[in-house]
Amino acid sequence: MSVVTVGYPKTGWRRAKAISFRLFTWGSLLFVVGPALWLIIGVVARALPNWRWNVLTTLSQGTSGGLENAIVGTAVLMLGVLAIAGTVGVLTGIHLSEFAISRTGRASGGTMRVAIDVLSGFPSIVLGYVGYIALCVGLHWGFSLLPALLILSMMVVPYIAKSTESALRQVPTSYREGADALGMSTGYALRKVVVKSALPGIVTGLLIALSIAGGETAPLLYTAGVTNNLPTWSILHHPIAYLTYYVWTDWNQPTAEAHIVSFDASLILIVMVLVLLVVARVIVARTQRHAEGAR
Amino acid sequence: MTINPATVDPIRRDSSSRRIGHFVRRHEEGVWRVGGRTASLLPVAALLFVVIVLAVKAWPAVKVNGFGFLTSTSWLPGNTYGGVEHVHGVMIPAGARYGAWPLIAGTLQTSAIALIIALPISIGTAFALTERLPKWIAQPVGFFVEILAGIPSVLIGLWGVLVLGPFLAHDVYPIVANHVPNVPVLRYFAGSVGYGEGLLTSGLVLGLMIVPIIASTTRDLFLQVPPLPKEGAEALGMTDAEVARRVTIPWVRSGIIGATVLGLGRALGETIAVAMVSGSVLGAIAPNVYGTMTTIAATIVSQLDSAATDGTGFAIATLAEAGLLLAIISIAVNLLARFIVRRSSRMSAPVGRA
Repeated sequence: MSVVTVGYPKTGWRRAKAISFRLFTWGSLLFVVGPALWLIIGVVARALPNWRWNVLTTLSQGTSGGLENAIVGTAVLMLGVLAIAGTVGVLTGIHLSEFAISRTGRASGGTMRVAIDVLSGFPSIVLGYVGYIALCVGLHWGFSLLPALLILSMMVVPYIAKSTESALRQVPTSYREGADALGMSTGYALRKVVVKSALPGIVTGLLIALSIAGGETAPLLYTAGVTNNLPTWSILHHPIAYLTYYVWTDWNQPTAEAHIVSFDASLILIVMVLVLLVVARVIVARTQRHAEGAR
Repeated sequence: MTINPATVDPIRRDSSSRRIGHFVRRHEEGVWRVGGRTASLLPVAALLFVVIVLAVKAWPAVKVNGFGFLTSTSWLPGNTYGGVEHVHGVMIPAGARYGAWPLIAGTLQTSAIALIIALPISIGTAFALTERLPKWIAQPVGFFVEILAGIPSVLIGLWGVLVLGPFLAHDVYPIVANHVPNVPVLRYFAGSVGYGEGLLTSGLVLGLMIVPIIASTTRDLFLQVPPLPKEGAEALGMTDAEVARRVTIPWVRSGIIGATVLGLGRALGETIAVAMVSGSVLGAIAPNVYGTMTTIAATIVSQLDSAATDGTGFAIATLAEAGLLLAIISIAVNLLARFIVRRSSRMSAPVGRA
């Protein structure tokens, strides 16, 4: 806790409580880190013995074959989410941080904040259901890229907006005042000074949003459909494959080949998510170091 | 020495691209303002769209199922190939009767188990990270806990059904089930333990999923507690357990409650992991804590395929009603969390969906 170290008191009851509190904190940490390690190692250990590099370059045949279509499909979905949700989310974050401020200087934009909060906790399957019923069936788009992208974007826009807003709020006031004193227009200062210095935080939010989009299953099952082919250039009427589908469907198929496909997809997903999160973390750590050095 | 004025004074070079740049710079603030306002209206529009679609699609089911939808336990899709009934002007397959009580109960039970497990463990983890571990190891461990929030739920479900569930059903549940006394509450821990797919396993998996959300927020809150009150309490002779209970936790209590309610929202809406480890049994409430069951979200994902084969569209409408119910619960929980958090300090968002 601090410089002061506390010895256990002599009296029995308080001593027992102090010791059990310490045991409880260590036990809690064990109960979080233990299962997490068990999970990651468990999935990786089942995938590695049967890992073949050619799953990266072979098309799927449903419950056998490779995962090239799913890998490319997930990449296309992530890029699409980056384009749609990235644009909307970053602009929303800029609006909430820079412009949604009332004359008294207090934060406004209440409706938008409530909508973003509610959307960020919205059950993903309900979003997927609405995508299926309104976009795939209602608008006759079929299982295809566009409804999947719209639903995934709905899920991650709140996250990007929140992280952008908090990154912009952490930009020191002196930067804005300095830009103002140099005679920059508000918009120019926003682009060249404020957004630029908040960029690491914004990129971190985008990377985490990408990892969420790449790992989602429920909203895609009834919007993206699935196909054994590579994604096409048409965004409507053509289903698109994605990695989580093969984990979700192939683990309880009867053949061993299907289980291997399921675990291969799991391994690729874990590596992808870990890489994205670690890169995000490294960006945060680097900028924090620079910020401390600049002080 | 001759000086070429074109290289020294770039303002003189009046190209068209420069003119466009000038225009953009002059109106740049307006561009940001309009773009920001338009973009930030989209989430509001999306949310309205989702709720309206759900309400419109669910309306026939609300009319037919009535209030009994919340209390009835039957889940009968009716005769999909034959007769058709007309109830309140809505065409439904003969014999279709839907009741969502088992789904509601399952959703509330699993989330309750998840919270009962996750809250103390999260607080303990936050204390271990902020006050026990040295900083050089607390940071990577804290990052690892945050990573757990980012692991795709389908992988947690896969691990739950293939590794955790069988382990618990084989090595843990039988010991518990054979030794619990026959008293109220604990009685539910006796009886057949099944194969590891069921209520308790789902609750444990959900608990594991929401721990990172609550723990990383709680850790950040603990770090904001100023050291002086804690040191003062220590100087008065309090043990670290007493400092935690009387100073640190009360200092950030509302923030912890807010994070917990956010975690609850995640647990209520979690779909894929629960669909994999719950056993997905429709129309039945688990007889004991090991029993197979289902939740609203898991039912929607597992039944939408077969619901689409109902020619009258009534099964789809009923799923919309279930989805609307889940959406209302989720919105209520989120607004509650918002209300609680707004009265406390600002929270930093954890990694992953929160």
